[in-house]
Amino acid sequence: MRPDWKILAGGAVVLAGCAAMPGSVSDAEVTATIKSSFAERGIARLDRLEQSEMQRQCSAYSGKELPASVKQGIEKAALAAVEYPADGKYLGDWKEGEKVAQSGRGLQFNDTEKTVAGGNCYACHQLTKEEISYGNLGPTLYNYGKLRGNSEAIVKYTWARVWNSHAFSACNHMPRFGAAGILTEKQLKDVMALLLDPESPVNN
Amino acid sequence: MRGCAGLTAMAVAIGVAAFGAASPAIAQADTQAEIERYRQMLQDGNPAELTVMRGEALWKQKRGPKNASLEQCDLGKGPGVVKGAYAELPRYFADVDAVMDAESRIVHCMVALQGFDKAEITKKPFSGAGQRATDLEALAGYVVEESRGMPVNLPQSHPKEIASYQRGERVFHFRGGPYDFSCASCHEGEGKRIRLQDLPDLTQPEPAKRGFTTWPAYRVSQGALRTMQWRMYDCFRQQRFPELQYGSQTSIDLITFLGVTAKGGKMDSPAIKR
Repeated sequence: MRPDWKILAGGAVVLAGCAAMPGSVSDAEVTATIKSSFAERGIARLDRLEQSEMQRQCSAYSGKELPASVKQGIEKAALAAVEYPADGKYLGDWKEGEKVAQSGRGLQFNDTEKTVAGGNCYACHQLTKEEISYGNLGPTLYNYGKLRGNSEAIVKYTWARVWNSHAFSACNHMPRFGAAGILTEKQLKDVMALLLDPESPVNN
Repeated sequence: MRGCAGLTAMAVAIGVAAFGAASPAIAQADTQAEIERYRQMLQDGNPAELTVMRGEALWKQKRGPKNASLEQCDLGKGPGVVKGAYAELPRYFADVDAVMDAESRIVHCMVALQGFDKAEITKKPFSGAGQRATDLEALAGYVVEESRGMPVNLPQSHPKEIASYQRGERVFHFRGGPYDFSCASCHEGEGKRIRLQDLPDLTQPEPAKRGFTTWPAYRVSQGALRTMQWRMYDCFRQQRFPELQYGSQTSIDLITFLGVTAKGGKMDSPAIKR
């Protein structure tokens, strides 16, 4: 049997990352320096600097190729933890979803617990032909539903994608809107409608 | 607050009502061209000039409990040398056995030479929108003006300078907070854009040069001179991190990472930005 060099090489990088890269600073030094450089303010507590395992691994491989074993591990864990709507209803109101897509508010140190967070979808995605101020960090979602239909498989996939995008592409840069508690279940449903409702401007 | 609200409003304000156009792609290209034109129009007069003049006066004025000026401040090229100093900062300073950026060094001199209380003068380092620049902003404006046209050349010989760069590179890729963002989320990779705002790839020399050499800058949308410390501070706000402390090690490490990558760029600051 031929060894899987990608996995072997990946393992070596993991080990190196845990100790210290050759001629480089240690993880412990970097973490300690970061922790000493920030102060708690409002809702932004210092625990935001405690990395999850996913964040730690994605940082270690930032700008590099992700080893297959790490990628699969992150994706499997993310998909297993997706919470689907208890009432089985996935689609809300696309008009409300459009508002969520436009708003970039929420979770900054000058926000409060009462600030309603947005999804800021347009920051990274094209969604409708009316809104020309959109970014390109993510793929275009114009005609998302029109191109894919709204079978149960597509609906559930889309929910999981927005809930935790790492379930399908580990270490991508889209926030985990459901898993990280950024959007409420109602907001997620409204965004789902924006993407999948045949009446939504996304599909027209 | 969404980062591009001002930009969108500005685009509309200057008469780019291209929203009804037939193709979104064409409308968007037109809008971007207009934004570029607006940026060029801004270059005519920079209100930062007034702040720089005030900074120079503050530098030379005898102030503080010790009634001294900052004219003997050592910004890295010897006591009293301001010319060209900013282009070589952050760097290692033996008197404090640490790497300092321009703003931390100004604070250090205000404390050491003038007797100011560090906590007091760094309590509110940044002005509010439309407010008069703080003393620290004015002083940073003066110091950077004295490096205009000079090549960026951060020293990387002392072990602490090298360690600062290395930590900076690691911080740049450090993902954290509720959005899992790192600096690299937006600033690594070519051709990225958030809404209509181009995002420089700060791991590459040319975009890093453009970034490093044009801060501090007068921000028209905020009516204020914004410094490099502010730039780092406000990026972390949008990253949903806690509050970056003024002159903190992480701020210095990131500025070192950016400045070393920007080696050879020509300082052109204070600049003016939208």
